[in-house]
Amino acid sequence: MSRAKLSSEERKEERFAYLLLLPTLFVLALVVGFPLILSLWQSLFRGASGVDPNTGLVEKGDTFVGLGNYTAVFTAADASGQFWNAFWNTTFFTVIGVTIETVLGVLMALIMVRGMRGLGWVRAGILVPWAIPTIVSALMWKLIFNADGVANSLLGTQILWTTEGWQAKAAVLIADIWKTAPYIGLLTLAGLQTIDTQVYEAAKVDGSSPWQSFWRITLPLVKPVLVVAVLFRTLDAMRMFDLPYGLLGMLDSGKTLSMLSWYQAGQSRFGEAAAYSLYLFAYICLIVLVFVRVLGADIMGTQKVERKKTKRSRKGIGRGDDAGSAAAAEKVGAVTGGAS
Amino acid sequence: MSVSRRTFLAGLGGLGSAAVLSACGSSSDSGSSASPSADFSGKGPITFAMGKDTTGTLQKIIDGWNKDHPDEKVTFTELSESADDQRTSMIQNFQVKSSAYSVLAVDPIWTAEFASHQWLLPLPADTDTSAYLKSSVDAATYFKKLYGIPFVTNAQLLFYRKDLLDAAGVGVPTTWDEMWAAWDKVKGTSAAKGMSAYSGQFAKYEGLTVNFSSAVASAGGKLFDDAGKPTADSDGAKAGLQAIVDGFAKGYIPKEALTYKEEESRQAFQDGKLMFLQNWPYVWAKAVATDGSSKVAGKFNVAPVPGIGSGTGTTILGGYHLGVSAYAKNKASALAFAKYMASAGPQKAWAISGSRAPILTSLYEDADLIKQMPYTPTLKKALDNAGTRPKVHNYGDVTQAIQNAVYPALGGSPAVDAALQGLQTKLEALAS
Repeated sequence: MSRAKLSSEERKEERFAYLLLLPTLFVLALVVGFPLILSLWQSLFRGASGVDPNTGLVEKGDTFVGLGNYTAVFTAADASGQFWNAFWNTTFFTVIGVTIETVLGVLMALIMVRGMRGLGWVRAGILVPWAIPTIVSALMWKLIFNADGVANSLLGTQILWTTEGWQAKAAVLIADIWKTAPYIGLLTLAGLQTIDTQVYEAAKVDGSSPWQSFWRITLPLVKPVLVVAVLFRTLDAMRMFDLPYGLLGMLDSGKTLSMLSWYQAGQSRFGEAAAYSLYLFAYICLIVLVFVRVLGADIMGTQKVERKKTKRSRKGIGRGDDAGSAAAAEKVGAVTGGAS
Repeated sequence: MSVSRRTFLAGLGGLGSAAVLSACGSSSDSGSSASPSADFSGKGPITFAMGKDTTGTLQKIIDGWNKDHPDEKVTFTELSESADDQRTSMIQNFQVKSSAYSVLAVDPIWTAEFASHQWLLPLPADTDTSAYLKSSVDAATYFKKLYGIPFVTNAQLLFYRKDLLDAAGVGVPTTWDEMWAAWDKVKGTSAAKGMSAYSGQFAKYEGLTVNFSSAVASAGGKLFDDAGKPTADSDGAKAGLQAIVDGFAKGYIPKEALTYKEEESRQAFQDGKLMFLQNWPYVWAKAVATDGSSKVAGKFNVAPVPGIGSGTGTTILGGYHLGVSAYAKNKASALAFAKYMASAGPQKAWAISGSRAPILTSLYEDADLIKQMPYTPTLKKALDNAGTRPKVHNYGDVTQAIQNAVYPALGGSPAVDAALQGLQTKLEALAS
C-alpha cells in the first residue's frame, strides 16, 4: 500500500521534472531540431541552373530530386571530384592533426604539472595560441608562409607554401597543431592534477621506472579526460573552416567539407550544400559513436562513474582515484563547455 | 508554382554548427520569367549600400544630396571592405526580399547574376548614358538592358621601371616580346640583381581570372563569343595562356608570382624586385611614397598593358555601378540619386579623394584630376580598350572553372591545349 503510494508520488515527481525540462527541450527543438529537419528537407531539392536564352533570366523554382544530391557524389564526375577531395582533406587534417596534437598536448601537460619555477609563465605562454582567434592566427601564418616570409628564411628554402600541393596541407597542419595542442594540454593538465601523488610514491617504492609509471599509472588515470579532450578536438577538426580558408583561400589542397558546403551555398545551390553538410553530420556522428563505444569516452560527465569504478577496481587501483577522475571529467565538461 | 521553402533557413555545417543558420530565402513565388514591372515611381527616404569608404568622402557627397532633397534623404549603409562579403550581404537581402538596400553599388561581375535573378530593376530605356564611358555602360548592361548607372571604373596598367629602361636605351614595350627583350638587355646589369621581369596576380583567386582574361584579350582572343558561347579552346585563348606559361617557364615571371595577389605583387614592385608590374592604378599612390616605404619612388611610370603577338594590350574592367533593388521602396528617388552620383560634382570629389577613375568622359581632361593622378591620360587609353570578364549568371562557377584550369597550367602541367580543352568542356556544361 505504502509502496504503491510512494511510487505514484515518484511518478508525479518525475512528471514534474519533465515539465521543468520542457522549456529547455522546446528551445533545443527550435535551435537544433528544426534547422536539422529543414536542412534534410532542403537537401532533397535542386535549384534551376539554366537561363532563358532570350531574356537571360534564371528559371524559377526548385525541383524535387529525392536523394539525387546525395548520390551525385558517387555518380556525377564533377560533384564526386569536389566532394571526395574535401572529404579526404577533412579526414587527413583530422587524423594527422589530432594525433600530433595529442602527443604534444600530453607532453605539454606533463611539463606543466611539474612544480617548477616560472610555471605560471609557462602555462600562460602555452595557452596564448589557443586564445588567439582562429582567423587571426590563419592570417598570421599566412604572413609566415609568404614566399619571402619567416618560414622560408628560417628554413633557408624557397617553398611556395600557399600554392596547391603537399606544402599547403603541411602549412594548415602546422598552424592547426600550433593552435590547438595547448587545448589538449590544458585539459590533460586538469586530469593530471587530480592524480594522487601517493600512487606515484607507492609505485616508486615498488621499484617502477618513470617510463612504467607513465604507461601504468599516468596514462590509465588520465585517459577518461584525455579521451574526451581528443573527442572534442576531433569534432572541431572535422568542422575546420576558418584556418584553411584564411591561410590558403579556396585552394583544393586545403578545401574541407565545411568549406565546400559553404561555397555551394554561396552559389545559391542550397540543396547540394545541405546534402554535404548532412554527410559531414553523419560522418561526425559516426566518429562520436566510435569514441563512445570503443574508447569509452564519457561525454556525459559523471553518469558512468559506477561502471568505471568496477572496471578500475578490477585493475586494482585505489578508490580515491576514481573520485578524482570523475572530478576531472566534470572539470573537462566545464572547460569544454566554456570553450566551445 | 513552387512554394518557397527557402524562406526558412538552411542549416549548414556539422554537429555544433548544425544549428548555424543562414537565411536563404528562395527566389520567388511569382514563378513567371517576365521582367518585373520597372515602375520607377515613389519618392521618399532611401538607402545606399556600398563597400567600406575609408576616405569619408562618400558621406559628404550624400550629405550634398540630402541638403537639396530633405524629403528623399539617403542613408549610407556601409558594407564590408571585401567584395565577396558585399556580394553575400546583397544576396541575402535579395533572397528575403528585403527593402533594406534601395541603391546598391554593384561590381561588373555581379551584374549578370543579379539581373538574371531579377534582383535588380532594368533601368528605363530612355536613360541617357551618353556622358559616361562606353566600357562602363557596357559593364552594367545585360541582355541589352541597362541595370545600373556607372559610378566608378578601373583598369589595370603596366607599371614599368623607367630608370632601367632608360639605362638600357629601350622604349616602353607595347608587346610581351618587347617586354622580354627589354629585360634581356637589363638583366645582366648590377641594377637588376635579384629582380625578375614581370608579374601580375597569379595566385588562385579572382585576380587570376582577371590576369588570364586580360592576356587572352591582349592576344586578340575571347573566352566567350558575342552570342555568349564559350570559346576557351580558341587560338586566341591558347595564345594568351601560352604567353603566361612561357613567362613562368623561361623565368621572366618569378615562381613567387603563383602566390601574388594585388598587394603581394605591389610589394614586390615597390621593393625593387620587378621590372614590370600589371596592377590597378592604386599602386601609383603607394609607389611614389618618399617615406622610405617604396624603393622605386621617382623611378617608374605607367603605360597601357602590352599586347601578345599582334593583339592589342587589353585590361579587364573593374569598378562599380549603381543598381536599384527590385524590392526597393521609393524607386523614383533611388534612380534620381544614382544619376546624381554620376554627375560632375560627386564624380570629381570621389575621384580626387581616393585617386579613383571617374566614369564621366569629360573629367579625363580635368586639370585638377590630372594633377593628382598624372597617369589619367594613360588610364583613359586603357579604359577605351578595356575588356570585360564573362557576363554569365553563374559567374562564381565560371571563375572557379577558369582558376581550376589555368592555375595548374601555369606550372607547366597540364599543357596549354589540354588545360583549355578541359576548360571549354567545363564552360559548355555550365552554359547549358
